[in-house]
Amino acid sequence: MLADKDRIFLNLYGRHGADLENAKTRGAWNGTKDMIACGRDWIIQQVKDSGLRGRGGAGFPTGLKWSFMPKEIKDRPHYLVVNADESEPGTCKDRDIMRHDPHLLIEGCLVASFAMGAHACYIYIRGEYVAEREAMERAIAEAYQAKLIGKNNVHGWDFDLYMHHGAGAYICGEETALLESLEGKKGQPRLKPPFPANVGLYGCPTTVNNVESIAVAPTIIRRGAKWFAGIGRANNTGTKVFCISGHVNKPCNVEEAMSIPLKQLIEEHCGGVRGGWGNLKAVIPGGSSVRMINAQESETMLMDFDSLSAAPHRSGLGTAAVIVMDQSTDMIRAISRLAYFYKHESCGQCTPCREGTGWMWRVLERMVTGEADHSEIDLLLDVAGQVEGHTICALGDAAAWPIQGLIRCFRGEIEQRIDRYRAAKGVHQVRMVAAE
Amino acid sequence: MSARRLAAEQPGSFAFASATMEQARWWIAKYPPDRKQSAVIPIMWLVQKQEGWVSEPAIRAIAELLGMAPIRVLEVATFYTMFHLHPVGKHHLQVCGTTPCMLRGSEDLKALCKRRIGEAHAVSADGLFSWEEMECLGACVNAPVVAIHDYYHEDLTPGAFEALMDKLARGESVTPGSALGRQTSAPEGDATVLTDASLFDGSLAKKITLPNLPEKV
Repeated sequence: MLADKDRIFLNLYGRHGADLENAKTRGAWNGTKDMIACGRDWIIQQVKDSGLRGRGGAGFPTGLKWSFMPKEIKDRPHYLVVNADESEPGTCKDRDIMRHDPHLLIEGCLVASFAMGAHACYIYIRGEYVAEREAMERAIAEAYQAKLIGKNNVHGWDFDLYMHHGAGAYICGEETALLESLEGKKGQPRLKPPFPANVGLYGCPTTVNNVESIAVAPTIIRRGAKWFAGIGRANNTGTKVFCISGHVNKPCNVEEAMSIPLKQLIEEHCGGVRGGWGNLKAVIPGGSSVRMINAQESETMLMDFDSLSAAPHRSGLGTAAVIVMDQSTDMIRAISRLAYFYKHESCGQCTPCREGTGWMWRVLERMVTGEADHSEIDLLLDVAGQVEGHTICALGDAAAWPIQGLIRCFRGEIEQRIDRYRAAKGVHQVRMVAAE
Repeated sequence: MSARRLAAEQPGSFAFASATMEQARWWIAKYPPDRKQSAVIPIMWLVQKQEGWVSEPAIRAIAELLGMAPIRVLEVATFYTMFHLHPVGKHHLQVCGTTPCMLRGSEDLKALCKRRIGEAHAVSADGLFSWEEMECLGACVNAPVVAIHDYYHEDLTPGAFEALMDKLARGESVTPGSALGRQTSAPEGDATVLTDASLFDGSLAKKITLPNLPEKV
């Protein structure tokens, strides 16, 4: 288990005050001025050396992303935008950071904005997180009051921080959709290139980072890149907030070392799988958008980017939201519900996703009852492959992967369901039903 | 995609309440002067707070306030699913139904809503209740979750949910949080992490020298 002294979010559960004074006793805002005195390049180098990879799902190296911003501010202002549109099913880590440790995030916004030459930062929080938005607004007001941010603040870098909120669109977690939404439009992703570092918010150079990536940065610099890089495995360093939901005895959020074995994570922090480890059926290890792994693979799986994305399971760490399912779970229904989610949340811009997500959901709904044909399993797999990689953003991939995972792990279960339906009806072949 | 249309019956007019307008100005000030459009979602949200839902006259009023074409505001109203395009009950219950909540019993909560209130999006006869199924609310370790008046009620059972409904029906207020009385997202029972007292005694606030300082500083 990760030692308490190596944790970054000391108030993850809100047992202590979230206010400025309390945050300071936990080390927030300590040495911030010194960091800024060391200059942009030094800060970016520290973050690069720490090996921090983006915590929002894709795992892109954060320091590298920061270095993509233009070196000098020219005619267009630079922006930092923090992605707090946490909507990936299974994920609820940023929520705890914002309501319980908001000052770490605010400090991170200042340091990151300075490192990228930005004088303004917007935090885009999902519309449903009203309590969390209020907590952030309170903390931002405190920081302004104490002159930690704002014009002529004690750190010597003019910096304005604003909360902005969405209104219930999952797609706004995609960075360019988020920027569109922040500009007051429908959240439909933009084509890349140009990348946001060049043309982002209001056509200006912009970097979009996840809440957790930004909030851990000041502590990494305070404690040293080496400390952070010493936790976890090479290329998968640091600590990570895991969200474990579903069929465990004690679902919870917990900050742990990267590369912790999945079994250890569940046994130590969540009181084990409901009904014991032997009752485990499958795990979705990184938020709903990744392919599931079966019980046998879960036995030895390490929770990090590289081991989760390896073949044959080709899953992913994603947002580190672990959804545990025990033997009582109807896997086809569980994935069908996710397929409905993607159908509901598709922005409608690209045809493969707009039409494909609905098509896949309707086929899966029939597979739940068994009213399908064996050949449709391969057809579904084929369509999922057609959606994957053929859309502007990754929502198409995200819709396809859970279905591919289901068929890889539980094809037998789907076939049995079809056979059972036919046996009960006394039919040998179900008439093919058009998905429309 | 979810196809959403404006309500068939629309009020004749809409006016911003002065408190709404005051808050709207506060939002507009957050963005560069020529980027007022950025405030459209927060302002529509305020309008919904004022009226309970978003009507066509309100959409036109927002467009005028922000200097936008009405169609652009209409796009926003229909794209974002948190905007109610039809009137809702006095207490609108938002039940999360996505897989993590489904695994922990949200189907039973939905069944309870159907039994007590009726179909999703329908307003009960007394005008007190309406409900809808939400896509992941982002509180999965506290599943199942229901949002009532913006705040989350977590770790619910049908019994606990029904008790909340009873309270609302009696006109009492309800306290958000875990129905199990657990500390936010911490595992139930005694604390197993973040128990080291030295993290909270102020020693972390002592002046530090940053590691890896560049040589010249």
